[in-house]
Amino acid sequence: MKTKKKFNKYMLISVISIAVGIFVWWLLTAGLGLVKSNILPSPDTIVHTFIKKLYDPNPEGGTLFVHLLASLQVALSGYGLGIVLGIPLGIIMAWYPRIEMTVRPVFDLVRTVPGVAWIPVMVSLAGIGLLSKALVIFISAMVATVINSYSGIKQTKEVHLWVGQTFGASNWELLTQIAIPSALPMIMTGCKIALGQAWTTLVAAELLASTKGIGYMIQQARGIFRLDIVIVGMIVIGLTGAALTGLITLIEKAVLKGGKY
Amino acid sequence: MEQKYLINCDHVSKAFETPEGVFQVIEDLNIKVRENEFLVLFGPGQCGKSTILNTIAGFEPVTGGEITVNGEKVTKPGPERGVVFQTTALFPWLKVMGNVEYGPRMRGVPKKERRARAQHYIELVGLQGFENSYPIKLSGGMKQRVGIARAYCNEPLVMLMDEPFGHLDAQTRYLMQEELTRIRQLEKRTVIFVTNNIEEAVYLADRILVLRNCPTSVKAEYEIDLPRPRSYTDPEFLRLRREIDSVVDHTL
Repeated sequence: MKTKKKFNKYMLISVISIAVGIFVWWLLTAGLGLVKSNILPSPDTIVHTFIKKLYDPNPEGGTLFVHLLASLQVALSGYGLGIVLGIPLGIIMAWYPRIEMTVRPVFDLVRTVPGVAWIPVMVSLAGIGLLSKALVIFISAMVATVINSYSGIKQTKEVHLWVGQTFGASNWELLTQIAIPSALPMIMTGCKIALGQAWTTLVAAELLASTKGIGYMIQQARGIFRLDIVIVGMIVIGLTGAALTGLITLIEKAVLKGGKY
Repeated sequence: MEQKYLINCDHVSKAFETPEGVFQVIEDLNIKVRENEFLVLFGPGQCGKSTILNTIAGFEPVTGGEITVNGEKVTKPGPERGVVFQTTALFPWLKVMGNVEYGPRMRGVPKKERRARAQHYIELVGLQGFENSYPIKLSGGMKQRVGIARAYCNEPLVMLMDEPFGHLDAQTRYLMQEELTRIRQLEKRTVIFVTNNIEEAVYLADRILVLRNCPTSVKAEYEIDLPRPRSYTDPEFLRLRREIDSVVDHTL
């Protein structure tokens, strides 16, 4: 009861602070006219543009929905591949010393290169279609998942492994039934971080090389001084990112029933 | 008559290699444990009591001498030696039932049978109703009950307990000592119990071995014949307590 009350209070304050922010924005632009509309459009222009972009492909050639779908397709395929390969790689790298010795040096070289730095290489390899951007996102997502699953496995408590040994568990059983479950919270954290990385890398990749997508829309609108469309794009990126994070938090809660340990 | 010993530590020594040189933890330790005996290893602070249990459990190899359990030489951990750990080593991702049935599950006991057995031990330690709780929801005392049930459920020949109540508050500790006595009267087991608490030692033990400070070995031995359940304020209890306490190496 008390926590619910607290939560409502928290919600109320959040809503008020956002409302005040928008009001100040409106006051500076449309309200008092202190900032010109070609530098910062007013909130009502943004709402108007947002609604218009839902059905109007002009000026850059796609509705908001088409752009969002294109972006999601790229981001999720790269991200999906990144975590599907990254999690097992991190796990076996941490568990088997020989694999660690062989793979880790290569991985350590790759991981310090920011995902965005791969864009030129990937574009020359695979063009400006879905594949090149998906590959860039794949690399950024994989690095984050590998690091986190690797440390998760490395942090398995020795005493938990001892318990398994007294019960006669084999090395494979120690890995699958003790090390992996105890690394799950870290693995989930890795998936979350990777998602953030994937989303930021996506927008950067689209700004540089693409023919559709939210990043492309922003880039084109910037070229013709349509700041209202730029801001609509930014808002869509923010909201979609938040929605994806919310989704993965729900999955995390469902997976980690024993709490974060 | 030849007495049957379940565990035999014969001239055991254990040294750790450290950057500062070789660190001798156990030196020439001889322990014989009878079947169904409750043996308490009692000694000061960091005297290597846990290391003794770890070598008997097979987690750490000895560097000299030999340990045999039921006639077989100890080289690695095994299901005939159940361990209850100092910090509760429960698996946080498994419910109480999952933790308790873990040993039989690893040995491939069919689900129905191991569930029934786990249920029996969950009830034995007084946790009925908590089968589907995750450890995070349990208090310290309850977690240690699960730890005891988990070790019991695998039906080991010997239970190794490494200061299992060391992290509990005083009140819970007394309660758990009573509970352990009650549980053991229902199901006899050979127990080696490590503690640095003299009161706990006298309350639980059939026999107490007082250990020297590092490098450790047996300094004195006491048979405790007091009837159970024991009283902490019984004059004989207090006399034993004083006597044993006077033998111990006191450290800071």
